[in-house]
Amino acid sequence: MDIIVCIKQVPDTKDVRLDPETNTMAREGVESIMNPFDRHALEEAVRIKENLGGTVTALSMGPPQAEAVLREAISCGADGGVLVSDRAFAGADTWATSYTLAKAMVTLGNFDLVLCGKQAIDGDTAQVGPGLATQLSLPYLTCVQKIRTIGDSGLVAERMMDDGYDVVQLPLPALLTVVKDINEPRVPSLKGKMRAKKAEIRVLRAADIHADEKCIGLAGSPTKVVSVFSPKPRGNRTVFTGSPAEQVEQLVAKLKGLL
Amino acid sequence: MLIVDKEKCIGCGVCEANCPFGAITVIDGCAVVNDLCTLCGSCVEVCEPQALRIEGAEKNNRANLDEWSGIWVFAEFRHGVIAPVSFELLGVGRKLADTRGVPLSAVVFGKGVEASAGELIACGADQVYVVDDPRLAQYREDVFGRVLERLIRDHQPEVVLAGATAIGRSFIPQVANALNAGLTADCTHLDIRREDGMLLQTRPAFGGNIMATIECPHSRPQMATVRPKVMAPLPSDQARQGEVIRVELPDEAFLSRVEVLESVLSKQDKVNIQEADILVSGGRGLESEKGFALLRELAEELGGTVSASRAAVDAGWIPYRHQVGQTGKTVCPKLYIACGISGAIQHAVGMQSAETIVAINRDENAPIFDIATYGLVGDLFEIVPLLTKKIRENRGQ
Ligand SMILES: Cc1cc2nc3c(=O)[nH]c(=O)nc-3n(C[C@H](O)[C@H](O)[C@H](O)COP(=O)(O)OP(=O)(O)OC[C@H]3O[C@@H](n4cnc5c(N)ncnc54)[C@H](O)[C@@H]3O)c2cc1C
Ligand SMILES: Nc1ncnc2c1ncn2[C@@H]1O[C@H](COP(=O)(O)O)[C@@H](O)[C@H]1O
Repeated sequence: MDIIVCIKQVPDTKDVRLDPETNTMAREGVESIMNPFDRHALEEAVRIKENLGGTVTALSMGPPQAEAVLREAISCGADGGVLVSDRAFAGADTWATSYTLAKAMVTLGNFDLVLCGKQAIDGDTAQVGPGLATQLSLPYLTCVQKIRTIGDSGLVAERMMDDGYDVVQLPLPALLTVVKDINEPRVPSLKGKMRAKKAEIRVLRAADIHADEKCIGLAGSPTKVVSVFSPKPRGNRTVFTGSPAEQVEQLVAKLKGLL
Repeated sequence: MLIVDKEKCIGCGVCEANCPFGAITVIDGCAVVNDLCTLCGSCVEVCEPQALRIEGAEKNNRANLDEWSGIWVFAEFRHGVIAPVSFELLGVGRKLADTRGVPLSAVVFGKGVEASAGELIACGADQVYVVDDPRLAQYREDVFGRVLERLIRDHQPEVVLAGATAIGRSFIPQVANALNAGLTADCTHLDIRREDGMLLQTRPAFGGNIMATIECPHSRPQMATVRPKVMAPLPSDQARQGEVIRVELPDEAFLSRVEVLESVLSKQDKVNIQEADILVSGGRGLESEKGFALLRELAEELGGTVSASRAAVDAGWIPYRHQVGQTGKTVCPKLYIACGISGAIQHAVGMQSAETIVAINRDENAPIFDIATYGLVGDLFEIVPLLTKKIRENRGQ
């Protein structure tokens, strides 16, 4: 089973904020991490490979620095990493990202399964997985919480719904996006780290994947961010004092209108 | 591309200081952009000499914008009911349609959905497109996507809204991709410009620390998913008149590569935490699964639902579907009661837009108190039962 895992490097959410005075982004200490959901996608891919044989390729679109998450992926069990990187990709929205990653996959060829995280924590859109599947004409499922069976003929998986879950069967090749519940990711082994250090990361440019320049980066993105601002600060805050009973009394008085 | 006008750049370094991605450095008195640039535009805004601008070629397949008209709402129907978010969408959709002077249409599909058309009209729809077919009884993303795509191609609405639910978030991106349309996820505010019909879509980014307004200047339809509970539905008016349009589709629209073998409904807590008005949420402070029994009692008294922090989910005290936060769900209830939750940023990003937040924590320095409307400092095992009792008493009066 040959598997591609899509991994995005994202800024650690807690670091990114606007300075409310100047309305500009605070830059200090913005650290980059592997998107948490993608870690679960990777783990699932490695487990499938361990059971059925085959390969796991980590794929990321991003600036040269995104190489770091690919090396991390190799240290956690991926066989190789491919970075799709070109200045021309900058400013891509989910449409252009889906297009670019799809083109890269076609260039890589030969895969049975594509795994993505449910969403990336920088944008929280959860659109790239289904978008990719559409561009590649693959059957897909989002929010997979468990793969029950998988083999050459297809797979059966549990897709999380708002009111429970569905058990769904689909043929391969297919694309799945996964939620945190699917597994517990491993920590990199020492051997893995060594391998990651030495591994060669293949870089694909816009020309290598035969991307149409009208479909990539800012130009290929139907959505445009026209302004950014800080969220409205929360209103007044009250911390009650007194015994538990007194505090409860005060709270209930305040909540009267709401309940 | 981010372009630096070398004539105008004075090398002041404000852009460098403000770039969240470290993509600009001032070299020899002039800003230089590197590969880390994501074209976020924060430098353009702060550049006083206006030496920076973002330019990009425009997509070829520009839609002829005037050919697209009308506001559409995808009304989600599952297991015999319309998802509440659909009525909220009709509420905001009504405003958009009235601003533009165009009709508001709902689209509903499934098996046995026709009976729901009246409800959608009562809540604001002028028209309801109904695709009633047994092959739509189960949610299958490829079929749902293809059916909606066909309807959109046939009728060319300028705006299509859907709920940011499990279903909406899974197949709407497929439709947008197939139509080359822009799609903004999880909007919390929508507006429309009367003159040119530009949908102004506002949503949180970076875990809610930043808000962004997004437009789709050249593509139609303009598509958006909207979080449950952030828009207000209109009061239902049975006297409202509307048109029900039955749509028949050829067999190939229903072909599918996926097969739903079984739909397992959760027995406990049927309510989706994203649809709840009141959430009673528990964290590591609950100490065990039994702790959640206390919260269930309180939730029941309030007519609310139980949710949790990741620590409680990871401990196995409650299923993952109840997790609030970055790797769980984003919720926006009227009232959120956090019990024994410290308020780590990954939790806060999932609930900080709740209308009223109550925190119960014995550590007065817990970060949850920074975002709580009302804070109670003390032992939750003492406070929660007291609160339940007090509310029960009040109800009795
Ligand atoms: C990549 C990533 C993603 C994450 N995603 C999420 C997410 O989606 N959702 C999420 O919630 N977290 C998430 N986390 C974890 C998050 O950082 C915190 O670890 C987690 O939210 C802590 O849960 P907690 O508040 O229940 O536990 P703790 O931080 O341990 O807090 C327990 C609190 O209970 C209080 N307490 C204890 N006993 C009592 C008592 N008897 N009475 C009153 N108060 C008491 C304590 O004072 C303490 O403040 C994520 C972390 C990472 C790294
Ligand atoms: N630039 C990228 N490179 C690789 N994978 C990505 C990229 N952007 C998104 N993905 C994948 O798509 C998933 C959903 O991302 P998003 O739609 O941005 O929330 C992520 O969890 C990744 O698996």
